[in-house]
Amino acid sequence: MDSDFFGVENLTISFGGLTAVNDVGFGVMEGSIFSIIGPNGAGKTTIFNCINGLYIPDSGKVIFKGEEITGLKPHKIAQKGIARTFQNIELFSRMTTMENLMLGRHLHINTGVFSGATFFRRRSKAALEEIKHRGRVERIIDLLDLQFARNQFVGGLPYGTQKLIELGRALALDPEFLLLDEPSAGMNTEEKQDLIFWIKDIQDELGITILLIEHDMRMVMDISDRILAINFGKPIIEGTPEDVQNDPEVLKAYLGEEEIY
Amino acid sequence: MFLQLIVSGIAIGSIYALVALAMVIIYKASEVPNFAQGEMAMISTFLAFMLLDSYGQGFLVSFSGALGFAIALGIFLEFVFLRRAKDPNVLSLILITLGFEMMLYGVGSWKWGAEQQSFPFPVSDFDIVNVGPAVLSYLNIATLVVALFLMLALFLFFKYTKVGIAMKATQQNMIAARINGIRANRILSITWAMSSFIGAVAGMMLAPIATLDPNLMMDPLLKGFAAAVLGGMTTLVGSAIGGYILGIIETLFGGYVSLQFKSIVAFLIIVLVLCFKPSGLFSKHYVRRV
Repeated sequence: MDSDFFGVENLTISFGGLTAVNDVGFGVMEGSIFSIIGPNGAGKTTIFNCINGLYIPDSGKVIFKGEEITGLKPHKIAQKGIARTFQNIELFSRMTTMENLMLGRHLHINTGVFSGATFFRRRSKAALEEIKHRGRVERIIDLLDLQFARNQFVGGLPYGTQKLIELGRALALDPEFLLLDEPSAGMNTEEKQDLIFWIKDIQDELGITILLIEHDMRMVMDISDRILAINFGKPIIEGTPEDVQNDPEVLKAYLGEEEIY
Repeated sequence: MFLQLIVSGIAIGSIYALVALAMVIIYKASEVPNFAQGEMAMISTFLAFMLLDSYGQGFLVSFSGALGFAIALGIFLEFVFLRRAKDPNVLSLILITLGFEMMLYGVGSWKWGAEQQSFPFPVSDFDIVNVGPAVLSYLNIATLVVALFLMLALFLFFKYTKVGIAMKATQQNMIAARINGIRANRILSITWAMSSFIGAVAGMMLAPIATLDPNLMMDPLLKGFAAAVLGGMTTLVGSAIGGYILGIIETLFGGYVSLQFKSIVAFLIIVLVLCFKPSGLFSKHYVRRV
């Protein structure tokens, strides 16, 4: 295990007068699951957007495998091997599940315009490549039990299924580091249970490091190796699930100032 | 007479279909109707004319030169002006395209003047073949073939190629596309290049039957726009069919009702479509959730 796999240092970003993320820093060990928790509006998704390059932070650094990636364009960061899912699903809603997952393979497909458009021979390079990538996507479909949705347009599928498809698309990128933004939101208890198993599988079998934002405390405490709690853009505490669970500041942030027990 | 009108309608409809396709490609990518489309095609057509007439180049060199120029022009306009727009909304982008339209029209009038030229073309408009009782010129046939070929190429491009699919993805969800490693900015440049290319083909197929002056594309642009609205601004196939329908209706109207008022038909169609089926004949009604 190697602690300089991924790190954020002194990250700060403000929108107008609001400092959404204020001097946040943390490090993620390779192969671990690291969770960020905090009340609504604490700046969790903003941190993700800074990591991804959707926002450019005012100051601070994002470091991935010893290389600074702060302020790179989103497609560059995808090339480095960082994939993500969104809190409010961002799928290609007028495409099928298969097509969405194949788009996750975008960076790995090398077929040119002409050979891709014509497919002259059954065993041409373009055809073989298509078969290879479809095979890869089929494995993801099997892993996440998405067979029934394979050829359906994703816009009409249930919310929980769409969340899984987004997870599948992120996996199709073959990432080394996966950012999951509230993956269990809108899922029922059984679906959440399945999701916990899948996330563990992704960590153990695919060896992907995971950064997780999640509101379901049972899930967070169950699967995280380390947790960072933030409130109003500032870090409160970073530590193991036990440390965080017993921290008075965290309880205050979640439950309010008054003692309720 | 009826068959002849249908055949001529299909021939002119090919041009409208190409202009409509050029518009829809950009509209789908950025929800901006590009009003400079016509002038971009006009400038490219004039460039071909200049290479032919002033520099004495052959058809192959002139036409491929002009098409290459059209691609460069599309990328240039997107890269230099549209991409620089800060926090643009759709209206301001439309106004930028109107600005292009005026600039390019000015350049055309300044460089090539207002006098009308005749555009030489390798295929004759006067040699004809008989199709049953109707007559088609070689030029009509060439236009039809070129248009159908381009449509087939576009269809294959959007359905099977990596770039084409990345384009569709960018149109549907730009954030998700970027996260998956697609360079959304480059996709927009490619969009403009393709659109400009198709527009230039339409211009060069039209120039031999019309007269070549800076107003060359004004009328076809409006017709192409009407065709796109008729077929649906969001579907490539629909807008192409819209072009053919418009060409046929217009020619039939010219033949049976009134030749002078032929051009009115296109606008009548825009008004009727917007009243009764605002999303167009062939596109599913698509309401964006707020």
